[in-house]
Amino acid sequence: MVALVLGDTPALPLHTAGKYVAAAYIVVFAIVLIYVAVMSIRLSHMERDLGELLALSEQTAPEPAAAAMAEPEPESVLP
Amino acid sequence: MYGKGLRALSISTVVAMALALALVFFYAPLEAEQGFLQKIFYLHVPLAIVALCGFVLGGLLAIQHLRTRDPRWDMRSYVVIHMSLIFGVATLITGSIWAKGSWGHWWVWSEPTLVSFLIVFLLYATYQPLRFAIEDPERQSRYASVFAVTAGAFVPMNFIAVRLSTAYLHPRVLGSSSNLPGPMKLTFTVSLLAIALLFATLCKYELTAKHTRQQVRALRRRLAREGDAAPRRGRSAVPSLQGVSAMSAPSSGRTGL
Repeated sequence: MVALVLGDTPALPLHTAGKYVAAAYIVVFAIVLIYVAVMSIRLSHMERDLGELLALSEQTAPEPAAAAMAEPEPESVLP
Repeated sequence: MYGKGLRALSISTVVAMALALALVFFYAPLEAEQGFLQKIFYLHVPLAIVALCGFVLGGLLAIQHLRTRDPRWDMRSYVVIHMSLIFGVATLITGSIWAKGSWGHWWVWSEPTLVSFLIVFLLYATYQPLRFAIEDPERQSRYASVFAVTAGAFVPMNFIAVRLSTAYLHPRVLGSSSNLPGPMKLTFTVSLLAIALLFATLCKYELTAKHTRQQVRALRRRLAREGDAAPRRGRSAVPSLQGVSAMSAPSSGRTGL
């Protein structure tokens, strides 16, 4: 088996070798793409979490907002 | 912050990758024996080198964690090993594709280089399950670091053992027996640099994402501290930075890795 493989192996012609080379580069590109996709999903989860935290912070500290809402607007000379 | 310099690193990676691809397909001459198929080596060999170096780096970072007990080193070690595993998968797949084209077989079990790389890969494939099996974060990080140091020491020993074996089929790209002409050597060096940059960039992305996630969790705990619904950390293989104030930036003067 080893001797068989070690024997002279002529260079594959371009139309035969091309598909192997293309496959190898496409596989690596696909792996990086999958990784980026996973990272983007995680990022969207984080964005959702931050939105929840923003809502939570508005719930836990309503006093300044409520005070601002309750404060009467100064009289204006504008119509 | 972990994200510092991420943009510059990303741009450097894209430029280096584009340059490497241009050199591979438009500059490097065709190899006499393998012809166009040899172009796979500009991808496969750098991936293998970077993956193996990443495993060793993970061990070195784990040593730092065991010395200082700082969970940030554990996080770095975890991310580097995690990324090396991904690069390891790419190495195995591209290697198999090349083997099929060159030898007519997807895998040759009598080839020491292939089998040794597979052994290293499978060894590190147990790293995540090991972490996940231990619930206590402190014990988990300690045991994982011990594993990373031991396995990291195994990588160069394995490499030397394979080099000493005489009956091999796998071509030697680097070393005394290699005779790469100038254009091929330049192309290979640029490809290696591009893959190393890709590794560093993805590690930095991962570290930044994990650190940001920990910060969000810390913020959630802070906001929920008055209530009784403080979120509890479930079982996870990801290192915890709870002991080092996740809201603060990492130690100054250090790089992301």
